Amino acid sequence: MARGRPGLIAPVAAAVLPLGFLAVFFLWPVAAIIRLGLGPGVGAVLGRAETWGILGFTLGQAAAATVVAVLAGLPVAFLLARTSLRGNGFVRTVVMVPFVLPTVVVGLAFRSLLPAGGPVAIVLANAFFNVAVVARTVSGLWSHVDRRAEDAARSLGASRWRAFTSVTLPMLRPAIGSSAAVVFLFCATSFGVVLLLGGGEYATLETEIYLRTVEMLDLPGAAALSLLQVGAVVAVLVIGAVTRRRATSLRLRGRAETARRPVGGEWGVVAAAWVVVVALLVPIGSLVARSFSGGLAGYRAMTGTGYRGSLQVTGWEAIDNSLRAATDATLLALVLGVLASVAVVSLGRARIRPSVVETVDTAMMLPLGVSAVTVGFGYLVTLDALPGDLRTSPVLVPLAQALVVTPLVIRMLLPVLRAIDNRLRQAAATLGAAPWRVWREIDVPLAARALLGATAFGYVVALGEFGATSFLARPDTATLPVVIGRLVARPGELNNQMAYAACTLLMLVTAAIVIIVDRLRVSSVGEF
Amino acid sequence: MRRLGVLLVTAALAAGCSVGGSTDAKPGDRTVVLVTHDSFDVDQALLDQFRTQTGINVDIRKNGDAGALTNQLVLTKSAPLGDLAFGVDNTFASRVLDEGVFAEYRSPEADKGPQKYAVDDKNRLTAVDVGDVCVNVDPAFLAGRETEAPKTFDDLADARYKDQLVVEDPATSSPGLAFLLATVAHYGPDGWVGYWQRLKANGVKVVSGWEEAYSQDFSGSSGKGPRPLVVSYASSPSAEIGDDGKPHTTALLDTCFRQVEYAGVLNGAKNPDDARKVLDWMLSEPFQKQVPDKMYVYPSRDGVALPDAWQKAAPLPDESATLPAKDIQANRERWIEQWRAAVRG
Repeated sequence: MARGRPGLIAPVAAAVLPLGFLAVFFLWPVAAIIRLGLGPGVGAVLGRAETWGILGFTLGQAAAATVVAVLAGLPVAFLLARTSLRGNGFVRTVVMVPFVLPTVVVGLAFRSLLPAGGPVAIVLANAFFNVAVVARTVSGLWSHVDRRAEDAARSLGASRWRAFTSVTLPMLRPAIGSSAAVVFLFCATSFGVVLLLGGGEYATLETEIYLRTVEMLDLPGAAALSLLQVGAVVAVLVIGAVTRRRATSLRLRGRAETARRPVGGEWGVVAAAWVVVVALLVPIGSLVARSFSGGLAGYRAMTGTGYRGSLQVTGWEAIDNSLRAATDATLLALVLGVLASVAVVSLGRARIRPSVVETVDTAMMLPLGVSAVTVGFGYLVTLDALPGDLRTSPVLVPLAQALVVTPLVIRMLLPVLRAIDNRLRQAAATLGAAPWRVWREIDVPLAARALLGATAFGYVVALGEFGATSFLARPDTATLPVVIGRLVARPGELNNQMAYAACTLLMLVTAAIVIIVDRLRVSSVGEF
Repeated sequence: MRRLGVLLVTAALAAGCSVGGSTDAKPGDRTVVLVTHDSFDVDQALLDQFRTQTGINVDIRKNGDAGALTNQLVLTKSAPLGDLAFGVDNTFASRVLDEGVFAEYRSPEADKGPQKYAVDDKNRLTAVDVGDVCVNVDPAFLAGRETEAPKTFDDLADARYKDQLVVEDPATSSPGLAFLLATVAHYGPDGWVGYWQRLKANGVKVVSGWEEAYSQDFSGSSGKGPRPLVVSYASSPSAEIGDDGKPHTTALLDTCFRQVEYAGVLNGAKNPDDARKVLDWMLSEPFQKQVPDKMYVYPSRDGVALPDAWQKAAPLPDESATLPAKDIQANRERWIEQWRAAVRG
């Protein structure tokens, strides 16, 4: 038997850490806080028509935002994957910038661009944040898809559109499907945008769970809504897993042979991509413009602590804090994400039933879709049972961030590891290499670039993380997004200017990270 | 479980290098964990001085807004998050008192002013600061339309101020709730809904939070919005002083609701003796003197001079509306529901 399932011990051991982390820092707290609220109150809330209206609005706005993000992301993905034009590096950077912006400033920017607010503004703002997920994930796969199948279809008389829909699109389906699933989860749990742009008239499960848990301590009501949320998230993840199933059998090509100058109607797609980029630049530009509303006063203020000392750290110290916290979270997420990916891939190679592998994979994605408030309040009622009472420890910040970054790392690493030809590994084993040596000689070198890409992406996400950090950061360890949130919550022109200057600097730091990683010519076969 | 223990220790060490390193307690230190809300802030030099003088290290842990803080204290009362809590206000005080979150302690400093805001005859909560929520006005904007600034609640419903007031939703915003309570206190349980119907007919705009209302809709802030009347704080004008040294906004002192923020020693505190000393310190003159600049609120202690800008632009209102904490607790949700029906419906 041991020979029939080679190396089962190693993958199981690798899975223990990430799954244990998930169990302690996610499943246990969530289960505990929901259990506290279980009772007749749950049924009462579930029986109300209003509850189902909220569920409907949550899913509806998330679905609409996902459609917008996919439609906007695909032309950009084409531009980045299939063309070699000047300005592509700029586009690659611009789409990543929204990811780090605090929702409060994006909400304020959208509010001044679309004063009426409401569902349209909510959908557009949510899509704004997530175009990057689609563009970068799909372009990662697209740039490695063999162009010859498409050319063959064309030479057999298919129109460009027909070749796209019947040849290219099916090949891209796994990337589109799973990036859409991630976008959907992000949008379904978006909080600040809904509050700010909904003007209190529109509620989602996330905002309602927040109000019931945080402001009213209505635990039965929150439990009912949390159960609905978990149910919806699991359903979405299962759909995502199904569309990913056939991701592995593609023949991947080097980027150089797939990118070229656009011809004919392709220029239309390029134009569409640039329309999207310009649309992304409008809110970004309005933030930058606001940062100069007082000349350079906002930037000069970064060396200080706001109007009459509104902050306990200077702007530059906040940048330093941000970089440090994001480093911790990224390192932890990398360890967990690599272990989980290795476990999932090895289990697959060991011919464990796909449903088991998919369950592990799906479980690691759950934290993306469950309310941060549910998790945070869950910590309060559970973590004191662990040695060292982590509930109010600053250590909890990188731990909570890692919970969100880890699934993203997994989504970027898994496809590459899966695409590695198992025959290479078998050859190495036949030549006498021990299992760990096979990994070192074969998998690690091949996956190194994807790992670098995942590191950058994770770093950017951690840099922009606001929810968990604002909950836990101490005044002297406040990160840049926390400082921005604090400055816009204070009166005074200087505070406002400094907030927007800080936003602009946050965008610049992000852009710098993206540019540096792109310079390292990372091959980014991500599947999300 | 051992493996998890190893993970936690590893994670703690890894994170400790960068996040926790500088301020964690050294062995032998006397540390008081102060649990508070996001808006808490203190002058670092003052904090350092307190540590040098007393040997007590104050470890500040923030936990969301005042509502979040309150409910977390209730949830964790059997295993408290720290030794001392600051930031429960008079709209939430009744709940924590009913739940037995705080221990009795009468600070010797309490008689120098804080006692007049007492909510509880057992002295479990002590007032540290007060902050009034009032309608703010941009007189220049109104002067441009040859209209005088309003004075009273009734004025706000007058046709001269049609489409000029922006308020926050009481369900999602603390000043929004305070303004709702101000109208309840002013018009009584039977009259306030009618007042809001008049406000609605007069074009009141409702947004979800202070940030949008003040920095985007209000004409007197840097956002230069379209409305000259906004629900904000009595202290806000102190931050809107022009280059000529004159405030260009004012608070309508007849429309205020008084929010009082309390501190108290937590039941089950690990270090209650030092926690009491920290509470005394928070009522002391040096600490009280810096609360305006640091937290945009007024000292609870008598005779503490306000900063110059405040004396000019933001005096503490003499007569602010208030309601008993018990009444607020008993009716908050119902009032918000009634408000929604009247204003949103």
